[in-house]
Amino acid sequence: MEFIKSHKLFSFYTLLVIMVLFVAIFAPYLAPQDPYDGNMRNVLQTPSAEHLLGTDKLGRDTFSRIIAGTQVSLFMTICLVILLAIVGCVVGIASGYFGGKIEMFLMRLADMMLSFPGVVLAIAIAGILGGSIANTIIALLIVGWAKYARLVRSLVIKLRNNDFIVAAQVNGTKTINILRRHILPNVLPMVVITGAMDIGTMMMEIAGLSFLGFGAQPPTPEWGLMLNEGRQYIQTAPWLMIYPGMAIFIVVAIFNLWGDALRDVLDPRQEN
Amino acid sequence: MVVKKLNRLANRFLQMLITLIGVSFLTFCLAYLAPGDPVAMLLESADTIVSEETLQKTREELGLDKPFIVQYGNWVVGILHGDMGMSYSAKKPVFEKLSEGFVGTLLLAFTTIIFVLIISLPLGIWSAVNQNKWQDYLVRFFSFIGVSMPNFWLGLILLYIFGLKLGWFPIASSTVTLNGVILPAVTLAIYQSTKYVRQVRTVILDELHQDYVIGARARGLSESRILWRHILPNAVLPLITLLGMSIGWLLGGVAVIEMVFSWPGIGNMAVRAIMMRDYPLIEGFVLWIAIAYMFINFLVDLSYTYLDPKLRKGAAQ
Repeated sequence: MEFIKSHKLFSFYTLLVIMVLFVAIFAPYLAPQDPYDGNMRNVLQTPSAEHLLGTDKLGRDTFSRIIAGTQVSLFMTICLVILLAIVGCVVGIASGYFGGKIEMFLMRLADMMLSFPGVVLAIAIAGILGGSIANTIIALLIVGWAKYARLVRSLVIKLRNNDFIVAAQVNGTKTINILRRHILPNVLPMVVITGAMDIGTMMMEIAGLSFLGFGAQPPTPEWGLMLNEGRQYIQTAPWLMIYPGMAIFIVVAIFNLWGDALRDVLDPRQEN
Repeated sequence: MVVKKLNRLANRFLQMLITLIGVSFLTFCLAYLAPGDPVAMLLESADTIVSEETLQKTREELGLDKPFIVQYGNWVVGILHGDMGMSYSAKKPVFEKLSEGFVGTLLLAFTTIIFVLIISLPLGIWSAVNQNKWQDYLVRFFSFIGVSMPNFWLGLILLYIFGLKLGWFPIASSTVTLNGVILPAVTLAIYQSTKYVRQVRTVILDELHQDYVIGARARGLSESRILWRHILPNAVLPLITLLGMSIGWLLGGVAVIEMVFSWPGIGNMAVRAIMMRDYPLIEGFVLWIAIAYMFINFLVDLSYTYLDPKLRKGAAQ
């Protein structure tokens, strides 16, 4: 209770995030109609009481598809951010703690990824591998890990020479235990903050790849893909491109606000 | 001193070379491992039934029957001779295809930068000068909205309003036209400006708290004179870095917007090349982006040394 009182904004945004998560988890029960099941008699209907946001080219209910899309988008994004954090931690700790040749190799690799516009490479990778949910995540993982690895490495280097680490080493603690008990817990908060602030961006990049046709494939109800399909009916059925985009916008905005607030709570030093 | 400078330059080029090799190798690996046979795609698109014999013959002609490393080696040798290979789908040299797309992309990038400056400089300054007043909150609010808005969605909405409903601009441009560039450029500019406005605001705020500003105020200079004559020249430097980064981004990362507006640029071409499994063209595209991006970063660094008297002096000593 004390926490909620002293962090009103953060609590409010957290509530919004929980609501989005709720929609994502219970999407199959919340959607009024089957997001996959079309009815050819209801093709491209304008929004009405029965179909709140209209229907698409196969007569599927747009509102239900957007709700189902919450699950797909959120699942992909959260998978991606968690994988980014894991790869970043492993690579960053390996190169920061052990140094030497491993560090040089990994950091050269990271520099390479950072000195190149990631979106281009992500498009190329996802496109060449062929559009699928897994390949989208792989593509964005290949492009994005370097930022996390750099961050973790710089934190580990700062930690490495602290007394408590040296003490653990002198006591003969196993290296794996030092890494697990002493290094990782000290690195994690920053990684969580960075990950939380990246959720919105990653969600947009995933939607962008799907929009190009290199992400989720039909008939998956994914927002980017829905926008792509709706694009062809911009003249006759504009609701098909307006509402999925609005869904992306709202959810991304919520996560951006939440990420910023989380940073302020966990790391008060960075507050302007 | 000169030796040191040359050393730094050499180091930098070495790093660039490693990046180029790494990125092209990665794309090559992916193309090799990827499912889908480019030869079958190429021949079957002509709507004829293709025998295994013809497939094999074409593979040999294109050098696709050779081991992976040999293929990559041949490609690198070709690049060193200025030959980027032939595009499978267009049956034209890759270089020619890239140059065609480059005209559109360059015009789009250039127009976007102009719009970005027009939007973000005044708003950023306005917001900084009125820090924590309603003007500031308004600008920051819009900047937040823009950051959270997918740019391809913004593009579709602008296309719907100004292309379809009002009919001011063409819905699709098959050739490079001045009228067609406006909407995609505005879309990109709005998206970029939301980030720029924040940066401009931060930079100006930083300068506003410097001692020389207090000094100027103490001498009784007017606020506008302080802003235009003292603060802005100092704020130019960090902004140039940003601008450079966004030019690099614009030259490569705008495939999505080019698709939305059917703008005949390099990104649009790349997306089609990926769909057609036109590997030489994809390779050429990735290489081109890498070179353009690094070259612009290099220019930005160079401009730093010339624009910043402190660095210039440091280099001379």
